Amino acid sequence: MQVDEATVRRIARLARIKITDEEAQELQKELTGILNWVEQLNEVDTSNVEPMTRVVPISLKMRKDEVTDGNIADDIVRNAPNSDDHFFVVPKVVE
Amino acid sequence: MTDLTKLTLAEAREGLKAKTFTAKELTQAFLDSIEAANPALNAYVATTAERALAQAAESDARIARGDARPLEGLPLGIKDLFCTRDVHSQACSHILDGFKPAYESTVTQNLWDAGAIMLGKLNMDEFAMGSSNETSYYGPVTSPWRRKDGSNAQLVPGGSSGGSAAAVAADLCLAATATDTGGSIRQPAALTGTVGIKPTYGRCSRWGIVAFASSLDQAGPIAKTVRDAAIMLKVMASHDPKDSTSVDAPVPDYEAEVGQSVKGLRVGVPKEYRLDGMASEVDELWQKGIAWLKDAGATIHEISLPHTKYALPAYYIVAPAEASSNLARYDGVRYGLRVPGDDLIDMYERTRAEGFGKEVRRRILIGTYVLSAGYYDAYYLKAQKVRSLIKRDFDEAWDKVDVILTPTTPSPAFALGEKSGDPIEMYLQDIFTVTVNMAGLPGISIPSGLSSQGTPLGLQLIGKPFDEGTLFRAGQVIEEAAGRFPVPERWWLKS
Repeated sequence: MQVDEATVRRIARLARIKITDEEAQELQKELTGILNWVEQLNEVDTSNVEPMTRVVPISLKMRKDEVTDGNIADDIVRNAPNSDDHFFVVPKVVE
Repeated sequence: MTDLTKLTLAEAREGLKAKTFTAKELTQAFLDSIEAANPALNAYVATTAERALAQAAESDARIARGDARPLEGLPLGIKDLFCTRDVHSQACSHILDGFKPAYESTVTQNLWDAGAIMLGKLNMDEFAMGSSNETSYYGPVTSPWRRKDGSNAQLVPGGSSGGSAAAVAADLCLAATATDTGGSIRQPAALTGTVGIKPTYGRCSRWGIVAFASSLDQAGPIAKTVRDAAIMLKVMASHDPKDSTSVDAPVPDYEAEVGQSVKGLRVGVPKEYRLDGMASEVDELWQKGIAWLKDAGATIHEISLPHTKYALPAYYIVAPAEASSNLARYDGVRYGLRVPGDDLIDMYERTRAEGFGKEVRRRILIGTYVLSAGYYDAYYLKAQKVRSLIKRDFDEAWDKVDVILTPTTPSPAFALGEKSGDPIEMYLQDIFTVTVNMAGLPGISIPSGLSSQGTPLGLQLIGKPFDEGTLFRAGQVIEEAAGRFPVPERWWLKS
């Protein structure tokens, strides 16, 4: 498996991480190395194996559908880099 | 007065009860030792002296009126991955700059409710991604251990809970909280001569712990002795309605297991853990461990865990996949760092490029790749199937044995910068620990000997689900046989 530079850029875009040309080339090598290394899993016959979904066989609990929390808008925005009157402020999205 | 910081948690508990010293004296002793050591070791990224002394005053009042709680007046260090209300909680990442949560993690709340004192937040690999503590935004932790060759090379304390392990080994807290996704409690414990236990998945609540890989993450303590780890885990573990994967089962009295006999205990030794090229001193230590348990009345059985070699590559699909999803929330909008951009997407991309370190970016990209359209079945689904086989290996082993003994790490501590070239070389640090996370089992690392360089080595015991009690019982046997391994010299006080 050889990851090309275009793939690295596509993945970085999907992950919303800006990368420089230099980083793209380095990542191309590193990702290829890691993906080649994990390829050894293909040696394992998993044809009749279910994927693992949980480590402990417990069924998830249900709770009542009711409000148990709220009125903490101050707490929610207090760490925001930019907020105004309990709104998060972001660059203009719609012209 | 004797040096209070050298006490074990259990000894400090007795001393407070007997009023040999006060919680205030004990806390001040730790604050002083942190101040003296931290410039050299960098174990703490924030200290909370004022709060610690206020908590100590309350503890002294409670002790005076005979109202002490289980951890009353005992000073602890907290890994920076745990959210602590109004206190630095940044997973040692640049992207969480300035983040001070408005809430408290369940594990730390359990500790404060039991009367424990918080000394501060401990250094770690960024978002718990690393095995050497070198990926921290706050710089690496230096191990309190040095090689005896006189080279004074700075050694890593392991990771990701490197600050926790170094702080316990250097007597900068009585015990510490830590977390383990692929070995992040047990590997640093092994490299620093401390005891670390990763309990069964679901034993401790993950609520309020910054998420890395949610199906693998689990909290546990790093401590000076097996008994201390048992005392800590009893309080840290709980069922929590806020974490649907936490298990609704009573928490046993782990301390009562310490000192119980292992007569008749069936100990498995997996042949797949005997690696080509494993340091001979590691293998020798393993043989010693087998002999110690045998002498104590346990029986030894060779077992096979045939899918062991696939655990690490499967982990490096599952963990980055889950991380890429969990770390999507760091977008420069709700908390932490924001780097301005031309538009919203540009702001996201610049923030995440600057806010995440190199290893974290690499793992997010791997995770994004393996989950991207067309690749899900080939990577993620395949890895989850391999994970089922790894778990099946253990399930079959439990028919024959009660506990499994292995080395914790393939080698002793390495020097800072020594393994920073090839990422896979660093990933191999977790080769003996990662299977345990993949299967959700409990595992403990016990300091068991010193390498030819005079640095610590550990043995790992792996248990059945929710059978931490047996790990404490067998762990105590190893601790008694091997002896304890305190740091020989506080070299950091001389420079």
